[in-house]
Amino acid sequence: MKAKFEFKQIRIISILLLLLVAFLSCERDDFQKLEQRNWQLVWSDDFEGTAGQLPDASKWAFDLGTGEGGWGNEELQSYTNNPANISTDGQGNLVITALRNGNSFTSARIKTQGLFAQQYGRFEARLKTPYGPGLWPAFWLLGENIESVGWPQCGEIDIMELRGQEPHVIHGTIHGPGYSGGNPITKSFGLANGRFDTDFHIFAIEWDEDKIDFFVDDFLYQRIERSDVPGEWVYDQPFFILLNVAVGGNYVGFPTPQTPFPQKMIIDYVKVYQEVN
Amino acid sequence: MKSHKFIKTWLFVPIGIFIMLFWGCEREITDLGPAPYSNNPEVFIDGFSPGLNYAAFGGSNPAAFDVDEKVTYNKSRASMRFEVPDAGDPRGAYAGGVFFTTEGRDLSGYTALTFWAKASQAANIDLIGFGNDLGASKYQVSVSNLPVNSNWNKYYIPIPDPSKMKMERGMLFYAEGPENDKGYTFWIDEVKFENLGTIAHPRFAILDGQDQTETSFIGVSKQLGGLVSTFNLPTGADQAINAAPAYFEFVSSNESIATVDANGMVSVVGGPGNAQITAHVGDVVADGSLTINSIGSFQHAPTPPHAPENVISLFSEAYTNVPVDYYNGYWAPYQTTQSADFIVDGDRVLHYTDFNFVGIQFGSPPVNASTMTHYRMDIYLPNALSANAQMRIEIVDNAGGGTGLHTFTITPAQAQQWISLDIPLSSFAGLTSRNALWQIIFVDVNGNIPSFYADNIYFRK
Repeated sequence: MKAKFEFKQIRIISILLLLLVAFLSCERDDFQKLEQRNWQLVWSDDFEGTAGQLPDASKWAFDLGTGEGGWGNEELQSYTNNPANISTDGQGNLVITALRNGNSFTSARIKTQGLFAQQYGRFEARLKTPYGPGLWPAFWLLGENIESVGWPQCGEIDIMELRGQEPHVIHGTIHGPGYSGGNPITKSFGLANGRFDTDFHIFAIEWDEDKIDFFVDDFLYQRIERSDVPGEWVYDQPFFILLNVAVGGNYVGFPTPQTPFPQKMIIDYVKVYQEVN
Repeated sequence: MKSHKFIKTWLFVPIGIFIMLFWGCEREITDLGPAPYSNNPEVFIDGFSPGLNYAAFGGSNPAAFDVDEKVTYNKSRASMRFEVPDAGDPRGAYAGGVFFTTEGRDLSGYTALTFWAKASQAANIDLIGFGNDLGASKYQVSVSNLPVNSNWNKYYIPIPDPSKMKMERGMLFYAEGPENDKGYTFWIDEVKFENLGTIAHPRFAILDGQDQTETSFIGVSKQLGGLVSTFNLPTGADQAINAAPAYFEFVSSNESIATVDANGMVSVVGGPGNAQITAHVGDVVADGSLTINSIGSFQHAPTPPHAPENVISLFSEAYTNVPVDYYNGYWAPYQTTQSADFIVDGDRVLHYTDFNFVGIQFGSPPVNASTMTHYRMDIYLPNALSANAQMRIEIVDNAGGGTGLHTFTITPAQAQQWISLDIPLSSFAGLTSRNALWQIIFVDVNGNIPSFYADNIYFRK
């Protein structure tokens, strides 16, 4: 009787422990269990140009100069279309280089505005960030209707932003009417013991009519649903893509004498997918 | 009995699962052998780590260091307190010392020494680092002028090549003098070695990253300087560190022309021919290189022919030289000329590089050359020359005798061989008397003589 009881006890403990293993094991949590999707590639750039070549003009346009009020953020750099600031490296990458010349800085910002925009889908880039206090690289989207409705009504989806003084943390953010500037919906993702400037990482969103999911290396770290937005959900229209490296500004602060220059964002590819049924 | 056995066997099931629970995600440890030395990363957390000792540097205040239980980082039990004395403190002029272990530690699994620090005022700690073992300190690393202030901040001192740190005894050392003659206090806490993936972009340089070329000879030795090590910290900011030469592995492309030892001493051993000296730290190639163009056997300057009693010598092994203040005054701000003097087979040779002008001064006491008739000097131009190379020699009298100028042309055919100049002092236009000569100045008139050697500089009659 006693033996039987002991056996039962052991069995219960075993089952409980097995359940614990199942829950605490190395698997990712339920949050990561995404429904299977059938993504079809609709737009991409692998940056296969020869060394020193500007990005493909059929895919990318430039933002040039200092913008109004440092592109609205008191940024220090002037954007150019000089190959010293932006060119393919001959090894399948596009390199955006921020240069310091005394107290002035040059860099580059490109966009698919007028050339490509898409509503919903998967937008991804594989890239290595620059680093150092005051560096602000970004891979982001803007609503195509920005010219007619303005910002933030057009909506902005920041797939990846990084502050160079925290090279191990990236931020995924959306700005829209009522939740923009210093008050957006945002979440950070940090590497426990690594940095985003030492290896390539894949930054992506998967966006449909209900939500936007943010990924680093296919790890889902943020889901923003329609109901999470305190203002209007403005993400039911096509968005275009931007890539840039800013220097200074009110998001990141200013470079210091210890900030190394030149700084490079190295982009292996940008790909856009659409879901097919 | 049977059922008892059955239960006993079943007991292993929960135990097994329990082990899975705790070890499931751990890495394999079966590949690792026993460590011959402790790999304890802790230096000072809430007290001295096992085996840690302290010795104050000579001349420092031996009581500068103490354990503090009041001012600590993050309410820990204790911190290290360093009291920097005022200037002129009779107990010692500065705070400085070494925390070392008697047994070496294996620190090869870590990438940086880290600690938290604050100070009673904003200050810069003159020198702080690790690898000082009160002996050879072969793998010493330090940061100069580390800024501290009245907030606790975390600091990182990267290890240039952790694979070298197999049995390190130097855990922490520091040296700090008063700030503007005033003493103050700083505290350090949570001192430990860490394996940080957030320290990145190691960069190293020899010769400050310059690619230099030198014409040289068998027998010439040269110490490679300008060793630079820079890491990017988790804050994204660059940090320059002072890394011992032993972290650098120096390589010669042609050891039959030039060799380089572990300390970066280059020795020219053959020629004619070329050798390039480069360096790397771990897998990272250092910027900068030295290319030796060896002409072969050194051609010594001709032995001076004049009797010692007829000579006032400024620089020669053949004579006794009069006192000379310097052979290069590094006259600011316009002089570019550097000195790279060398000794070959016991023969000392002046070597002026980056030549535009340079002066030798011998004013204590000045030379009375009133009975002398000639200025004599051997020069050797190691580089190929262009057609209009001209050098001017200026002799300056310090007692109203003026400055005498003499300009002469050196033809391309005269390059790479000794030229013995023997110039009558009467040819120095403007030198009205020579009772108190005190300076000789060499000038590259047309800016096309990059360097020259000089030997046997004297006045004669």
